[in-house]
Amino acid sequence: MKVAVLKGGRSLERGVSLRSAARVEDALERLGHETVAIDADGDLVRRLRESSPDVAFVAMHGRGGEDGTAQELLEILGIPFTGPGVAACGRCMDKVAAKQVLRGAGVPTPDWFAFNETAFRELGAADALPTLGERLGFPLVVKPGRGGSALGVKFASSPAEVPAALVSAFSYDDRVLLERFVEGRELAVSVLGSEPLPIVEAIPADGDRYDFEARYEIGRTEFACPARLDDAATEAVTTAALAAFEALGCSGFSRVDLILGAEGPQVLEVNAIPGLTDTSLLPQAAEAAGISFEELVERILELAPRPAAA
Amino acid sequence: MVEPPHRRRAHTRTRDLERYAGLFAERTGVMRSSAMRDLMAITARPEVISLAGGLPDTSTFPAGTFAAQMTRIARESTAEALQYGPTEGFEETVDCILEVMGAEGMLPDPDDVIVTTGGQQAIDLVSKTLVDPGDVVICEAPTYPGAVPVFCSYQAEVVQIDCDEDGMRIEELEAVLAGLDAEGRRPKFVYTVPSFQNPAGVTLSLERRRRLVELARQRELLVVEDNPYGLLRFSGDPLPPLYQLDGGDFVIYIGTFSKILSPGIRLGWAVAPPPVMEKIVLGKQASDLCTSTLTQHFVREYFAEGRWREYIADLIGIYHGRRDVMVGALREHFPAEATWTEPEGGLFIWATLPEYIDTGDLLAKALREDVAFVPGQAAYADESRGRNSMRLNFSGVGEDEIREGIRRIGAAVAEQVELYEALTNSAASSALAQPRKSDMDAAGLPRPGAAEQGQDGGEVLPFRKQGSA
Repeated sequence: MKVAVLKGGRSLERGVSLRSAARVEDALERLGHETVAIDADGDLVRRLRESSPDVAFVAMHGRGGEDGTAQELLEILGIPFTGPGVAACGRCMDKVAAKQVLRGAGVPTPDWFAFNETAFRELGAADALPTLGERLGFPLVVKPGRGGSALGVKFASSPAEVPAALVSAFSYDDRVLLERFVEGRELAVSVLGSEPLPIVEAIPADGDRYDFEARYEIGRTEFACPARLDDAATEAVTTAALAAFEALGCSGFSRVDLILGAEGPQVLEVNAIPGLTDTSLLPQAAEAAGISFEELVERILELAPRPAAA
Repeated sequence: MVEPPHRRRAHTRTRDLERYAGLFAERTGVMRSSAMRDLMAITARPEVISLAGGLPDTSTFPAGTFAAQMTRIARESTAEALQYGPTEGFEETVDCILEVMGAEGMLPDPDDVIVTTGGQQAIDLVSKTLVDPGDVVICEAPTYPGAVPVFCSYQAEVVQIDCDEDGMRIEELEAVLAGLDAEGRRPKFVYTVPSFQNPAGVTLSLERRRRLVELARQRELLVVEDNPYGLLRFSGDPLPPLYQLDGGDFVIYIGTFSKILSPGIRLGWAVAPPPVMEKIVLGKQASDLCTSTLTQHFVREYFAEGRWREYIADLIGIYHGRRDVMVGALREHFPAEATWTEPEGGLFIWATLPEYIDTGDLLAKALREDVAFVPGQAAYADESRGRNSMRLNFSGVGEDEIREGIRRIGAAVAEQVELYEALTNSAASSALAQPRKSDMDAAGLPRPGAAEQGQDGGEVLPFRKQGSA
């Protein structure tokens, strides 16, 4: 099969994407597929047309590749592609939209408030900050509405720290959310097809939070897979993750990040196209289920929907 | 039959990763990649105006001269230029080095000089020679971002001494040394870039130079003077290098051709007292046997031509103009709350924004506008410092790009300032954001002579360590 591997692009997660893609390309070659690697830029459509692949493996993260944009182009060109479709990607990328969907579907997710810059610049939303702090409590988490890899995520431990955290979050997006901080274990459930893979627990090595550095560096974070959870907890976490996956309309594969706190699992976000790097969680989960990286890549390809016309 | 070459198998299993991780030396634990490094990868896009690099401008080097010199080398010394050379470097290269050092009033013994693969290798070799795990290395705050990983790779504990407009605060250094004494510890060396410092652009005053050299002598403490930019002075009077003031007893000197000729030739040097040099030579031998003989030939030819001073004068003219343009653009486009240094030479300006702005996040915003700089955090071993500062390079891009780049960064900063003011809901917020204004000079660095144990407790911390990992 001729597989176009879409990678890079202008997203802030370009570096991560290039690492994911390199690994995917390697696996595809070993599986005997013909691969065409395309670093997504102004030539993307032309190059896709020229190479006319049987399927596109989207190994892009962040804006452009994980938000439905590349997927939309692939749909227009009639090229089947891996991972979730346009609408699901769009919903997952926008944390606010995703949380609204989750709450609507009864999937537990921490309380939040979302604002755009206009609210603060023109509508005096700052006056609402004290109330909001009271409702969410401290510490609270400030996140850009869109973005991945924990970029721009700040913890505010007091009301005085909220404005600077907001300024940082607004560097990444014009909408931000303030979220209740949930103390608990950091878990990830990857879903392949419609099957949950074993739960991964991230245990930061030096007691830090699981931040950007910890995510992509060998040895910075310890991972337990399968996570050491009792049956009831495993069941509750898996159920919440599958419910989130379905509510957001994901297909193919995705990764659901949760916190397991005192009140049970809470879904933080769903990564439509999770990392496939050496330190990423999805490949670890697959391996724990006895699925090698090659098998994982092959399964993801098989799950790419074939349009009726093709 | 020879088997066809095959590509390395990808590491596909966690097991493989763990196997490698299990083999890693302990020191790799402090070698960190970072979110910033990922962001910096994006700065390489051609459409990005990068004020992030540390690049000298090599575009004005006459191609004809380069061609003639390389041709002469090919004609006259092909065999030698393609052969290994002595670990210490060619005598002829050392002669060129003596000429360069002579231009700043230094007269070292040629036997004390070793030619290295760039100044960076000199930092590495000095560290390799002197640092055991857990040893204290002292440097400036902020310091050259490329030095921190070197010290960390030898598992040094990095202690940073704040700078003000007159360079490293020597009173604070004395306090730190006294503190270490009390703990029964002795730092291995003090690393400093005294002239037009990277990244702050500040220059150590004559009085402080004298005091530092005196301290080194009293305490038998080594000072490592890294002086890549000394000859690139646009204004003000030249100051004697520490090496000259000390005479080379307690000062190890590091120089480079990178900023006065070419970084691509990878030629630098170190000057050290004979017992130290002996170990440095052994270290160099183990690292790479010798520095490129080809580029040493190039330098020899280049210096034989006798125009190296004119080329530096040309560079000074170019950089002076670019600095002025950058300072002008900063005045025009950066908000009133911002401060910056106005260096008398070198390649960098250090700008400091209100405390609520994290320049790492600002970089993400700036990259959307296709402009890049180095977030200040890179210049500190303690990652929580330097968060509201940035290093801006004015040597690597032309005047129009500098103007446009600063305009874009300024617009991004202005948006953040405006937003913060809306968030804090107070016109006085800009004053609140900088409660220590009175202690700061125009550079956003503490004023020289301000109480070293500042009442704020935030800006001047005499004792900073590398993070626990």
